[in-house]
Amino acid sequence: MIAFPSKTRAGQRRIDRIAEIAIGLSALATVAGIVLIFVFVFREALPVLVDPATRKTGGLAQLFARGAWQPVSSDPRYSLLPLILGSLKATLVAVVTAVPIAVLAAVYTSEFAPNRLRELIKPVIELLAGIPSVVLGFFALIILATWIQALTGSTVRLNALNAGVALGFAILPVVYSVSEDALRAVPPSYREASLALGASEWQTAFFVTLPAAWAGIFAAVMLGVGRAVGETMIVLMASGNAALVSAPLTDSIRTLSATVAAELAEVVVGSTHYSVLFFIGSLLFFVTFLLNVAAGLMVDRMRQRLAGS
Amino acid sequence: MTTPEAVLASPLPVTSVRALANPARRRAQVGWNVLWTGVSGLATLWIALIVVVLLSTIVLGGWRTVTWEFLSQNPAQGLTKGGIFPAIFGTVALVLLMILAVLPVGVLAAVYLHEYARASSPLTRLVRFAVSNLAGVPSIVFGLFGLGFFVQFLGRGMDHALGQGLLFGQPAILWAALTLALLNLPVVIVATEEALRAVPRSAREGALALGATRWQTVRHVVLPQALPGVLTGAILSVSRGAGEVAPILFTGVAYYLPYLPWSPTDQFMELGYHVYVLATQSPDVAKTLPLLYGTVLVLLLLTFALNFTAVIMRSRLRRSMGLGT
Repeated sequence: MIAFPSKTRAGQRRIDRIAEIAIGLSALATVAGIVLIFVFVFREALPVLVDPATRKTGGLAQLFARGAWQPVSSDPRYSLLPLILGSLKATLVAVVTAVPIAVLAAVYTSEFAPNRLRELIKPVIELLAGIPSVVLGFFALIILATWIQALTGSTVRLNALNAGVALGFAILPVVYSVSEDALRAVPPSYREASLALGASEWQTAFFVTLPAAWAGIFAAVMLGVGRAVGETMIVLMASGNAALVSAPLTDSIRTLSATVAAELAEVVVGSTHYSVLFFIGSLLFFVTFLLNVAAGLMVDRMRQRLAGS
Repeated sequence: MTTPEAVLASPLPVTSVRALANPARRRAQVGWNVLWTGVSGLATLWIALIVVVLLSTIVLGGWRTVTWEFLSQNPAQGLTKGGIFPAIFGTVALVLLMILAVLPVGVLAAVYLHEYARASSPLTRLVRFAVSNLAGVPSIVFGLFGLGFFVQFLGRGMDHALGQGLLFGQPAILWAALTLALLNLPVVIVATEEALRAVPRSAREGALALGATRWQTVRHVVLPQALPGVLTGAILSVSRGAGEVAPILFTGVAYYLPYLPWSPTDQFMELGYHVYVLATQSPDVAKTLPLLYGTVLVLLLLTFALNFTAVIMRSRLRRSMGLGT
């Protein structure tokens, strides 16, 4: 039995009104949150675009020119290219090592696995998703680096390969769960039609279900890339943090995100270096925002198409 | 992409039909089935193996360190001896403050999305867009935002208004907690909405038919039934909040503090950051290593205990939803 507190009609109407306002404001808080993030990160980066003193060494032309990232030397250089290259190398390794495994595991879970095994796989992957990134960073720094060094025989312990593989651990759960959702969104009638025509289970999985879920899988990869580009603690601990411009994956790298994390605490507020670090933050925000929006659109369109057919 | 018509039109089933007629090729198909089931199964096994290796190295490396003294004492001798009590205390204080901030806003926002808003209104779509994109913002960007907005803008602004010198305009546990609250807003909203979806329509209709107002219905009928889901969201956000380091780097965490954060304007120590400090800034790596493993184990146990509770509560909720409809 639910007893409603007795109040006068007018009193209750006022309470309802207040609740409605609080609810509306809370909903708007989410919108305000994302707008404020954009405004306040970009605001601190603005001198890079408009302030003449900052633009002398940290203007767009300098940031995207060939050169070095040497923000604390007597002749400071703020070329972002070594950092962008570092982020790309780590992300590439993460995607190459994690995406095939995650997608295959998603195919196994949704197409091949017996029901009871499926119930077991999900919690294991949720467990991986629940590991804080600083713990993955610790693992890469202390243990994985030694293994990878023994395997590759590289002279540098902390390098792009090590950071990338650890980043792969971090994006595995994302890619897996979005891919699995996409595969499960494919209507059973597709599989039934294929099997009824005599195709075997693996043909159905790889030539019918997987192509039908293609957009969702692609979205999963984009979300994984977004996560890898923005991930900070793992690369900060496991990549060596040397801003080199070189091709080998066994060289140390310094990524965009790790640079912000390592340097912001020591810069003078309002200095060129400070503005450039916020500019890097804006860059990370834009890249991940675009990837997220694109991935969201792809998933929506796939669902509409599958629901329509 | 692949419509049923395309499946019908594709050459593949035809070969398969031929394969069915030919016993040798039918056997070959069985082989292919085993192969691909095996390959994809191995990929799944590989992920499980990663999890097992990660957890077992940490447990094996850390269980000897985690004693009552380790949990209850301060770090000593330049972080090479002693315990991690201030980091545990700081983490708990941080996530409690965070949950105070994020829970009401997150729950009410979910109530808006599921109980008040029309599903297709532009505002609802905008809110959903914001929630899903908020979830994708990198944690380091939250850190920059916390510094730029909470510390520099809000904190400095409050100090200016109060005119009593520097108090709020510096990194503090309050600002770190609010930064984490924004980071976790999507977690709470998504979990709460799922719980609201599980409350049967008839419950709302019954309350409204008895003359309850909209808010009374939500407050006394819908939310109490959705409570397990709301708590699931709260626990998940606490677990995530306890592990995130990047957002608190510039907003309040400290390398070492001789005191505990009793005031919201104090800085604090935190488990995740302590792991980072022990792993990368130690003067004597060999001496610090046992402490490092111990700290990682404590952090992991804390987040897993929370996640485990949340997973169990959610599966109960899903089961009750299955029975309810």
